[in-house]
Amino acid sequence: MSDPAVTPSHETSARVPGLRGIVADWSSDQRSFKTASWGKVMMWVFLLSDTFIFGCFLLSYMTARMSTTVTWPNASEVFSLEIAGHHMPLLLIAIMTFVLITSSGTMAMAVNYGYRRDRRKTAILMLLTALFGAMFVGMQAFEWSKLISEGVRPWENPFGAQQFGAIFFMITGFHGTHVTIGVIFLLIVARKVWRGDFDTGRPGFFTARKGRYEIVEIMGLYWHFVDLVWVFIFAFFYLW
Amino acid sequence: MSHSATAAATPTASHDENQQHPIRLYLTVWVWLFILSVGSYMVDILQFQGLLRWGLIVVLMLLKAGLIVSIFMHMRWERLALSYAILVPPVLILVFVALMALESHHTLLTRVLFLNGGT
Repeated sequence: MSDPAVTPSHETSARVPGLRGIVADWSSDQRSFKTASWGKVMMWVFLLSDTFIFGCFLLSYMTARMSTTVTWPNASEVFSLEIAGHHMPLLLIAIMTFVLITSSGTMAMAVNYGYRRDRRKTAILMLLTALFGAMFVGMQAFEWSKLISEGVRPWENPFGAQQFGAIFFMITGFHGTHVTIGVIFLLIVARKVWRGDFDTGRPGFFTARKGRYEIVEIMGLYWHFVDLVWVFIFAFFYLW
Repeated sequence: MSHSATAAATPTASHDENQQHPIRLYLTVWVWLFILSVGSYMVDILQFQGLLRWGLIVVLMLLKAGLIVSIFMHMRWERLALSYAILVPPVLILVFVALMALESHHTLLTRVLFLNGGT
């Protein structure tokens, strides 16, 4: 079926750019995503579906907040900390944001070193990313326990509108779950990189197929998405 | 930065699919994300109110999201066929936002009118 003389030049040099390229890529009797591998495309499609899930969470938050006649709790005060007598609004959330952004930075560099086949640096950067992720989850656990001890429940809270608790636990809980899954996923891939599975072509445990360094980038897509979702939660839930 | 030259020379690595970019690019984006996050935090510290607050929050949020998606997730270097397939559908959420905003105004009105101030 495939013409060996056509494939290499056809796959790389004859790509049309711009809007014309979209039409050409989608209308041809081939696959639509010419340069991205299936693994990467499938991760993107999964992330798109996850976008809708978080989109619906934030939408239900908006609807609850807009339709209640009771005053909405002031997030800046609810999430403030007292440190050495100083009143610091939103401090913990700011630290969590910086930790997650830092983890995204180390992940991006891990992807880069993965493609350079630098096993040591890739694995170390991935473990560092996992460490920051675990720190984030730890701080979230602290935040949850603090709020629970102050009497915040999914059905009531001492600060204002009742829906506040339900939405807080739902959205941050779902995001924290994503971070936790990401940390586990990171540790698994970091172990494979460290062991040199992608250099020696060692078969995977579940799939029995050889892995490639691209899995580091696919893993990275997931991790950056978790950071991306936090950007929106930070803006809409904590700052608004 | 000298690494990239040697790595790019390896025969297995084609530039298109393997995303070889200097580390400096990632560090720059990282610093910008920090600056923008400090900006968002300052909006709260300085207690901006009204349109200024909402505007700054949304602009800083979108700038951060854009940096993460385009550089960290390498969307800038993908073909437009993929970028549009992934980035256009979430925009439709805005239609849903408009619908639910109308709906919640209606709910609020009925609560105020029929539930003694909505309590």
